[in-house]
Amino acid sequence: MTEKPPEKSGRTSYGERRKQRIDELAAASVDETPGVSLLASAWRRLRRNPVFLLGLAITTIFVLLAVVSPWLAPWDPAANPLIDEVRPQTNPVPGPEPGHPLGGDDRGRDLLSRLLVGSQQTLIVGVLATLFGLTGGVTLGTLAGAFGGWIDSLVMRIVDVMLSIPSLLLAFSIAALFARPSQWTVIIAIAVIQVPIFARLLRGSLLAQRVSDHVLAARALGVKPGAVVFRHMLPNAFGPVIVQATLVMAVAIIDAAALSFLGLGNPDDRQPEWGQMLGRATEFINSYPHLAIYPAACIIVVALGFTLMGESLREALDPKSRR
Amino acid sequence: MIRFIVRRLIQMVGVVLVLSLLLFFWLRSLPGGPVSAILGERATPARREALEAALGLDQPVYVQYLKFLQRAAQGDFGVSTQVLPGTDALEIFFMRLPATLELSFFALVLATSLGIPLGYFAARRHGSAVDNSAIVMSLVGVAVPVFFTAFMLKYFFAVEWNLLPVSGRQDPGLDATRITGFFVLDGILTREWDAAWDAMLHLVLPSVALATIPFAVIFRITRASVLDVLEEDYVRTAEAKGLTARVIRGRHVLRNAMLPVTTIIGLQVGGLLAGAVLTETVFAFGGIGQALYEAFRDKDYAVLQVLIMAAAAIYVFVNLLVDISYAIIDPRVRTR
Repeated sequence: MTEKPPEKSGRTSYGERRKQRIDELAAASVDETPGVSLLASAWRRLRRNPVFLLGLAITTIFVLLAVVSPWLAPWDPAANPLIDEVRPQTNPVPGPEPGHPLGGDDRGRDLLSRLLVGSQQTLIVGVLATLFGLTGGVTLGTLAGAFGGWIDSLVMRIVDVMLSIPSLLLAFSIAALFARPSQWTVIIAIAVIQVPIFARLLRGSLLAQRVSDHVLAARALGVKPGAVVFRHMLPNAFGPVIVQATLVMAVAIIDAAALSFLGLGNPDDRQPEWGQMLGRATEFINSYPHLAIYPAACIIVVALGFTLMGESLREALDPKSRR
Repeated sequence: MIRFIVRRLIQMVGVVLVLSLLLFFWLRSLPGGPVSAILGERATPARREALEAALGLDQPVYVQYLKFLQRAAQGDFGVSTQVLPGTDALEIFFMRLPATLELSFFALVLATSLGIPLGYFAARRHGSAVDNSAIVMSLVGVAVPVFFTAFMLKYFFAVEWNLLPVSGRQDPGLDATRITGFFVLDGILTREWDAAWDAMLHLVLPSVALATIPFAVIFRITRASVLDVLEEDYVRTAEAKGLTARVIRGRHVLRNAMLPVTTIIGLQVGGLLAGAVLTETVFAFGGIGQALYEAFRDKDYAVLQVLIMAAAAIYVFVNLLVDISYAIIDPRVRTR
């Protein structure tokens, strides 16, 4: 491996860069202020950080909206009360009118209701993709980081190869494997591209743990190897993984929109999802841009919320920022 | 230095080999299996049988893989069924490559020439309004889906205000001479200045859309890197010696801060390839990205195979170049 100075980066960084950033995050989990737990000291700083609070507010509102939207929405998102006004030639997209403040979509469904309820599927896609990616990555990373040796080499070579394909391209390829696209294929495609990132992150974190004093102490006391890994190493290695998971939420929601735009998204749109709404709306974008702008605005705000939260979490967990 | 390069080359060959293995299994598990995948659904039984025999699907898996490798090494990835029916898949790649290279080049130039100066000034005025607004801009930049940026640029600048061309690479009415396939370069070489200018105008919107994410990344790396360097002892020493601000900026700060930035610029290639799929599709730019989109949409797996393999190979190769250039710039890298 080559050695490079640590840097900060944005969402899209690849290969060596990505590896590097992952390693950098991993390193942030050790080297703590003595006596204060990592999370406690991070929280003390976060509590006063306006960037973090803004991100937290956006994401909280988003999650609340996803929960209560079925009661908030004036119409059923699958019903088409405006279908009589849809004229494929003259008026494909009904405009705003009393009872439908944002108008309808090309199938006569109430746009506002679809946007509100869309938060639900968007949250589900984001959470499940992150969760699956996290589970896969944590499993691989634990195998590699906790046991070392040939298992480590094997797992890390696989991870390196996965990181060598531009991530969105990998997602397209995986989505293409399914004969029939659905919400699940979108979730799986996005989850798989997160696996190598989480795996590398956790491995780096665990490697740093292996040589730390508390693990040495546990070993010396005769704690079983399994217990050392699961009770003493993993809990301490999770900080950077949580940060990454927060950032991945934003990526997942944006990538779901890209997949939808490329025709690899869920074709069944009775249950609306913002990415899918945006992807489909591009068909009418030059005559009816508002159809795309509303879901896009929702995606941008929510993605920004998760990014703000993730970036400020990362800064709070970074030992360099504690000076 | 030679040993370092050789070691990296061997690593690269390993990655490409594993990639080919992945691609092999990818092709086998596509809906309908490799024969339908390569020939498409409408293939005649005779052609199917011929291909099955040619692929050796009756033989053991490892023999099939070796055959696959052999054909791939000879550039034989099959024939396009949908994107340009009947054309060799590899040929499509080479036909479409110049458009994407041209677009990526302009996007990268744009991202770099804006990102580095802005990153430097944001770091110098750390915590100021300039710094904060630039950070907000870069955060919003990565939160906007690339294809939406592209559509909005197209909607306002091309459709509403009619300032720039809506799509394509050049006005077909110009009937420009083609030499290299790079339209701007062709125009300059043949002294058809109107053709070169027209191609430039067609490049503006797609490259701005494609540049947003690399710009945000380059800006933030530059800013973080300059901030780090500004705290170094040698900068303080330079200031204490009474060197002029210009010398400190050029020789002490920027030269050291550019190390991580050079790396990141090279590594944006992966992002550009993925972004090109979205941007080229929006602007009907006719490069590799659009070909990828068409191949995905129409399930033209022969073309997909070439393009995915090529994209990964280009990406791995650029990474290698970046690592080598980094080793040249920074001798510390070579020691490990």
